[in-house]
Amino acid sequence: MIEIRFHGRGGQGAVVASNILADAAFQEGKSVASFPFFGVERRGAPVTAYTRIDDRPIRIKSSIYKPNYVIVMDQTLLKAVDVLAGLKDDGAILVNTQRKHEEMGIDSRFKLATVNATGIAIKHKLGSREAPIVNSAVLGAFAKVSGLVKIDTLVTAIIAAAPSKKEENALAAKDAYAETVVRQ
Amino acid sequence: MRKVITGNSASAYGAKVSRAEVIAAYPITPQTSIVEKIADFVANKEMDAKFIKVESEHSAMAACISASMAGARTYTATSSHGLLLMHEMLIWASGSRAPVVMSNVNRANGPPWSVWADQHDTMAQRDTGWMQFYCESNQEVLDTIIQAYRVGEQRDIMTPSIIIEDAFVLSHTAEPVDIPDIGVVDKFLPPFDPPSKVIPGEPYGYGSLVMPDLYMDFRYKIAESMDLARDRLRQVDRDFQKHFGRSYGGLVEFYECEGADAVILTAGTAASTAKDVVDKMRREGKKVGVARMRVFRPFPYEEVRKLAKMAGAIGVLDRSYCFGYAGPIACEVMGALYNISDRPPIRSYIAGLGGRDITPEVLERLFDEILAFKGKGSGEEVKWVDLKGLEGL
Repeated sequence: MIEIRFHGRGGQGAVVASNILADAAFQEGKSVASFPFFGVERRGAPVTAYTRIDDRPIRIKSSIYKPNYVIVMDQTLLKAVDVLAGLKDDGAILVNTQRKHEEMGIDSRFKLATVNATGIAIKHKLGSREAPIVNSAVLGAFAKVSGLVKIDTLVTAIIAAAPSKKEENALAAKDAYAETVVRQ
Repeated sequence: MRKVITGNSASAYGAKVSRAEVIAAYPITPQTSIVEKIADFVANKEMDAKFIKVESEHSAMAACISASMAGARTYTATSSHGLLLMHEMLIWASGSRAPVVMSNVNRANGPPWSVWADQHDTMAQRDTGWMQFYCESNQEVLDTIIQAYRVGEQRDIMTPSIIIEDAFVLSHTAEPVDIPDIGVVDKFLPPFDPPSKVIPGEPYGYGSLVMPDLYMDFRYKIAESMDLARDRLRQVDRDFQKHFGRSYGGLVEFYECEGADAVILTAGTAASTAKDVVDKMRREGKKVGVARMRVFRPFPYEEVRKLAKMAGAIGVLDRSYCFGYAGPIACEVMGALYNISDRPPIRSYIAGLGGRDITPEVLERLFDEILAFKGKGSGEEVKWVDLKGLEGL
C-alpha cells in the first residue's frame, strides 16, 4: 500500500487534489481511498489530505501516520507544520517552491523534488495572482516524482474533476510534469 | 457505474436510485454534502423529487412523515444535534408507521463542541422505534438505503430506518463505489404502496387520542413489526446478493469468528480496520476475529448468542457511552447472553469518541488483552481506551 499526505492551505485545492489522485489511480485499476483531515475550514489555514493506493481492496479506515510521500503545496508550511512527520526513510517529498534543493535543509535520506507550481498556476490563470489554485500543477509534478500514475490518466482525471478551466488545469499539470526537478 | 465517491455522495446516490420522491432536510456538518448533492440532482432534473427546505430538523422530519403518510417515498439526512432535535418526531414517525429512510452521519454531541465521529447521537435514539444500520464502507451506505426501503415499506413492517456512516471516516472519504443502474434497482425495490394514504380533500384523523384500553396494542404492533423485520432483513440481504452480487452478512457479519479465542464485536468503520488486524494476527498464529454489528435495531440477539458459542472471549468496542453503565452495544450484548449457559467473558471497551482515531495498533492491543482474559473472566468490565490529558479537566 502506498500512502500519500498532502499539506496545503485552505483554497489551494489540497482535498480536491487527493481525490483526483485517487481517481486517476482507480482508473488504472488500483484500489484507492482519499480523505481530508477535517479541521476548521478557513481560507489560508493549514489543510491536510490523504490518499491511499493499493493493489488489494483497502479496508483500513484510520488515518495515515507513516506516509511514503509528502506533498507540500505551499512552501510557508515548511516552517509552520512538521511536514516530514512520519515520512518513511525511503520516502519522497515534493514541494511547490522556486528555492534550490541545497537551501531547503531537507534531510538527504529523503528523495526531494521541487516545482514552481505557483508560477505555473498563475501562468494558466488558475485562481488569482494572489491566491493561485496550484493543485493541478502539483499533481502533474507528483506523477513525475512518484511514477504512481501516468500523466495522461492524471490529466483525464483533472479534466473530469475541474469545474471550469479544464484545459488550463490540464496544461498546468503537463507543464509541471515537464518542469519538476528531482534530487535523487 | 463504478466511481470514486465519498460516503455522503453514496448516500445521495442511494436516495436517487431508490427513487425517493420527497426530501426534506436541514444542513449540518458533516451531513451537508448529502443534501447539497440531492438538491443538485433535483435541480438538474436527474431526480424526479420534491426537495423541501425547512427551518429545522424537527420540521424536516415532520415533512417527511406527512409526505410518507401521503404515499411518497421519503428521505432525509442529518447528524448529531440535528438528530437530537428530531427526537420527538422520530417517535412520531415510527408511531405513524411512516417508513422514512434517513442517513445519519455519526458525529459527537456537544458540549464540548466536536464535528468528528462518535455514535452517541444514534445510540441516544435507540428506543425511538427506528431500525438502525451501521455501515463500514461507502458501498454499504448506498446499498443499505435500498435494502432499508425494501424492508421498511413492507406492509407488515412499515417501520423507518436510519442508515449510519461514521463522520469523515466514511462521509468525507472517497473510495470506489458501484452505483447500480436505476433500472436494476427497480427490479429489486417495488414502488411504495402503503395500505392507507392521506388524500388532500378527504379529511381524516391520524395519530389522535387513543384511550388506555388500546394504546398498548398500538405499541405492541410496532414491536411485532420490529421482530418480524429481523428475519426479513436477513432475507433481503440474501436477495440483494442475487440481484447485485453483494451482501453484508445480514444483521451481524462474522469475520474469522468460528473457533476464535478472542473476538472484537463492534459497529461501523472500526470493524473494517479490525479485519486487517485479524489477518495480521492470524498469520502470527493468534486466533482472533471480528463480529460487525450491522443492525443494532432490531437487536440481533440470535447472532449474538451464536457468537457466544463461537468465541472464547469478547471485547465489545463502542464508539459511544451510556453514562452510568457501559458502552451501549456492550450493555445489550451482555443482556442478550444472560439466559444462555456457557457465556464467554466480556469486556466493554470505549474508544474513538469525538473522532479519536481507532488505529490498527489500538485494535491489536485490545485483541491481546481479550486473549489474556479468555478463560479467566474480564475483571475490569468497562475500560476507556487511551484516556489522556485528564489532569486539569
